[in-house]
Amino acid sequence: MRGIEDLITDAPVFAGLVPAHRELIAGCGVNQQVGAGTFLLREGDPAEQFFLVRHGAVALEVHAPDRGTIVIETYGPHDVVGWSWLFAPYRWEFDARAVEPTRLVTFDGACLRGKCEDDHELGYQLMSRFAASMADSLQATRRQLLDVYGHARVG
Amino acid sequence: MLGWAEAIPGPMVPLPVAVRSKRRDTADTWTLELEPSGPDGFPFAPGQFTMLSATGSGEVPISISGDPGRPAVLLHTVRAVGFATEAICDARAGQTLGVRGPFGTPWPVEDATGADVVIAAGGIGLAPLRPAVLHLLGNRERYGRLVLLYGGRTPDQLLFTGELGGWAERGLEVHVTVDSAGPEWLGHVGVVTRLIRRANLDGSRSVALLCGPEVMMRFTAAALMAGGLAGDRIHASMERNMQCGIGHCGHCQLGPTLVCRDGPVYRWSELAPWLAIREL
Repeated sequence: MRGIEDLITDAPVFAGLVPAHRELIAGCGVNQQVGAGTFLLREGDPAEQFFLVRHGAVALEVHAPDRGTIVIETYGPHDVVGWSWLFAPYRWEFDARAVEPTRLVTFDGACLRGKCEDDHELGYQLMSRFAASMADSLQATRRQLLDVYGHARVG
Repeated sequence: MLGWAEAIPGPMVPLPVAVRSKRRDTADTWTLELEPSGPDGFPFAPGQFTMLSATGSGEVPISISGDPGRPAVLLHTVRAVGFATEAICDARAGQTLGVRGPFGTPWPVEDATGADVVIAAGGIGLAPLRPAVLHLLGNRERYGRLVLLYGGRTPDQLLFTGELGGWAERGLEVHVTVDSAGPEWLGHVGVVTRLIRRANLDGSRSVALLCGPEVMMRFTAAALMAGGLAGDRIHASMERNMQCGIGHCGHCQLGPTLVCRDGPVYRWSELAPWLAIREL
């Protein structure tokens, strides 16, 4: 069975980390398995962790009274779910729900923030990786907003 | 007796072809099965288009969406978004439509022999790629991995959903995403470029075929090139104001080319500089 340090090696967000930093990060993680329909995050709840998807799929979604539940994005293997653990006030902005049986590594955000305070190089490495992941997500969301298929060709 | 090809007086004269049947794909998109007369049917290469018309309603360029290995059946998948396309989609079985063509450059399915082939489609862009998919699957042993990355607006606007499972069984890796969905949708939500990393492509041995909204193709080509795929191994189908279909009228000019004659399928390395020029 692979340890958490091995599991995070496969994730692009942790690519290139030195073994000592991987070990520190892995020390804040635990394996978790959830069934379809399980909510990992709820809007407004304290953001105390983040998730690395190993297998399965997680939908980031929001509920609007007039539109029902809207799925914004789906995360799959090697994707990271959750940034709000990094930034005050540490509250989730959206819901996240497993859409199928899903295996995850769940990281304790407070544990990791503490290690980053103690080791600023780890903090820099982690922050730069999450910033890249967030930028990637932001660009994808901008493209999504273009609604390109609403103005598509005729055939 | 003359076959249809010999009987056509010229490429500007529409061939009358009867509608055999039609199928509703989405709320505004129909696939029409036309019945070309003559023993050879309507031979075409994957990626080519015809100029299609309903009498008195104008003519529009529509890609052929059928199987190039079955020329007896001529399929067009049409989105009803204007006068001409609405008239075509309203056609009933037995009604005659006008067809000119086939026109244009094909997908390079022969040149891709031995390579992994990545097919990236957006919205109705899957229709012009369907003949390529059918050709690739019909000659499965000649190719490496076959990967479809298909993005749509919402789940109910996806095309050929009844066929995707069968394509997967025949060796196509199918990845589908939509821009927006409700909780009942268990598939992926997000832009089509997000599928590229998941497909774990080997850019050095891949050829890509792109068709969809131009902005979607720009982002997709950029993401593929970031993954190591060279621009001259990416091919995209373009759409402009095609009218004559034979390079005479000049309405579909793109850079120094005419899309109806020199396209619609171009190498990305050739195309990209023109797309960078605004309003071209």
